[in-house]
Amino acid sequence: MSQKFTGVGVSAGRVIGSVRRMPDPILPPADGAPLPAGSSAEAESLRLAEATQAVAAQLKERAAQATGDAQAVLKATALMASDRTLLKSATRLVASGTCAESAIWEAADAVATQLSALGGYMAERAGDVLDVRSRIVAELRGVPAPGIPDSDQPFILAAVDLAPADTATLDPAKVLALVTSDGGPQSHTAIIARSLGLPAIVAAAGTTALADGDHVFVDGIDGLVITGPGEAEEHLAATYANREALPEFSGTGQLRDGHRVPLLSNVGSGDDAQLAAAAGAEGVGLLRTEFCFLGKDKEPSHDEQVAAYGAVFAAFPGRKVVVRTLDAGADKPLPFLTDASEPNPALGVRGYRTDLSSPGVLERQLQAIAQAAGEHQAEIWVMAPMISTASEAQEFAQLAKAAGLATAGTMIEVPSAAVLAGQILQRCDFVSIGTNDLTQYTMAADRQLGALAELNDPWQPAVLHLVAATAAGAQAAGGKPVGVCGEAAADPALAVVLVGLGVDTLSMNKRALAPVAAVLRTVDLPTAQRLSQLALDAESAEAARTAVRAQLGELDRFGL
Amino acid sequence: MAERTAIIGSRVGLHARPAAIFAEAAAEAPVEVTIALQGEPVDEALDASSILSLMGLGAEYGTTVVLRAEGEGAEAALEQLAAILETDHDAE
Repeated sequence: MSQKFTGVGVSAGRVIGSVRRMPDPILPPADGAPLPAGSSAEAESLRLAEATQAVAAQLKERAAQATGDAQAVLKATALMASDRTLLKSATRLVASGTCAESAIWEAADAVATQLSALGGYMAERAGDVLDVRSRIVAELRGVPAPGIPDSDQPFILAAVDLAPADTATLDPAKVLALVTSDGGPQSHTAIIARSLGLPAIVAAAGTTALADGDHVFVDGIDGLVITGPGEAEEHLAATYANREALPEFSGTGQLRDGHRVPLLSNVGSGDDAQLAAAAGAEGVGLLRTEFCFLGKDKEPSHDEQVAAYGAVFAAFPGRKVVVRTLDAGADKPLPFLTDASEPNPALGVRGYRTDLSSPGVLERQLQAIAQAAGEHQAEIWVMAPMISTASEAQEFAQLAKAAGLATAGTMIEVPSAAVLAGQILQRCDFVSIGTNDLTQYTMAADRQLGALAELNDPWQPAVLHLVAATAAGAQAAGGKPVGVCGEAAADPALAVVLVGLGVDTLSMNKRALAPVAAVLRTVDLPTAQRLSQLALDAESAEAARTAVRAQLGELDRFGL
Repeated sequence: MAERTAIIGSRVGLHARPAAIFAEAAAEAPVEVTIALQGEPVDEALDASSILSLMGLGAEYGTTVVLRAEGEGAEAALEQLAAILETDHDAE
């Protein structure tokens, strides 16, 4: 019998394939739990030793199939699994009456803590030790190893939600599509799916019932998962597979009538910037500088910062690079800036607000940006995240100018900033709309909560009205530039709407450049304006999306 | 007891890849080998075949370490292991 699950399509594509479930995360055993009833310390030690050998053998086998860096990492983790010192300290705990799971958990914890204390590269390896530990505990419990399942055949990955650590090991050649029962359109699952170009559906409640080997049709365009696909689904998947190849992005974003819409890229590092430049990006619309800070327990030095920013600037000589100053807090905590005990971090001291609690970090960052700017040919703009008032925008612009940075702007993420964009733009040079946070704050819906996925959709007419208000404010302030650098800009249909609402530039993940450019070239400005009115007048996000998509025939041609 | 000092030749220090190569070789040696930073007491020496102990040692490029072993073939084993430590594996 065929079963149908409805979710939110967050990355286009239609495929049929076989399901592999993401194993449940390994829950920690109780601290110092005793030996199982009827077992002896000798028997338990033997069980532990066998489990470590089994995990080491599995990792060795995977290492044999891998190449390059992945092989080296797997080999090293295999050695960690069979490490004699680790086994010895765990066995000592077993001898004192602790069960194998709790013993290996505690022993590995001590090693990971020691590596973390060494800092830098070794601290990163602490994560490998914890991964090996989870694998050993999974082996002891007789449950599947955590992490993306291993398979020879490409599969559809079904999960509750995916964490950044899971998606980092996701091999796009092995995964056909992503389906999660939780998570919203702005979740990590959605972001990674779009960046890898994989069809994905999130918040598909009920898909927890899908089991390994189930044959399903996944429709990332309409947000559907159908078990036991029939002829109709096969036809849709085949049509998608035969879609017309997207023309490569020419490097000039424009509408059919020649109206220019520069298409920029969001980047987090120098390597990223090189790839974005190669993909034709006309500049950087969002440089996420926190990537230079994350994982550090203290502020990076002036020279470290100059080098990190310079690596990005070097990729875009003569082009615009918009640098967002440190955006710490909420889902990106930094020990030296943010207070982890806040009851509600998304509404707490984050983004620009950390300048109040930790003055000096922002000024030093601006000085490093200014120095890097002086050493390269890129045109550097800076902007602050989480600005809520015109006076904050003014203070930031003054700090930037004092550091020698001529062009200073504001992110529009807080609804108050969208409403007062005109006032804000009398005090700074440009704004850039961060649609992910603007949506979460406008709809009062946590980005990561699957249950609120319908609210957390940038197609929500209220969000689009705030984009329109921002564009109107920019007009009133003398036609100052308005960009969008959230995930919304990467949705080709929504990109048309944003341009129609008066947005000047769009910044996105480099993979979205070609599809967005192709669809923009099929409409002229009056059409984009007409479509944006349809979206503004719609009664729901779904209705807005459907009404606009129905008018964009080219989406089907390219399978978008 | 045979003893041999070696200077870490790997530019990145005794990190995952060089540590893995060395731990594997130490495990294959016919004798039990220990490793310690120069100047550390003998009874704080660690199992040289343990990758986690090697990484926890925090030995950087240029650090001097002491290898020790007892029994038949100890001298030759230490010689061979010291050579691995002194090679820059990331330059290959």
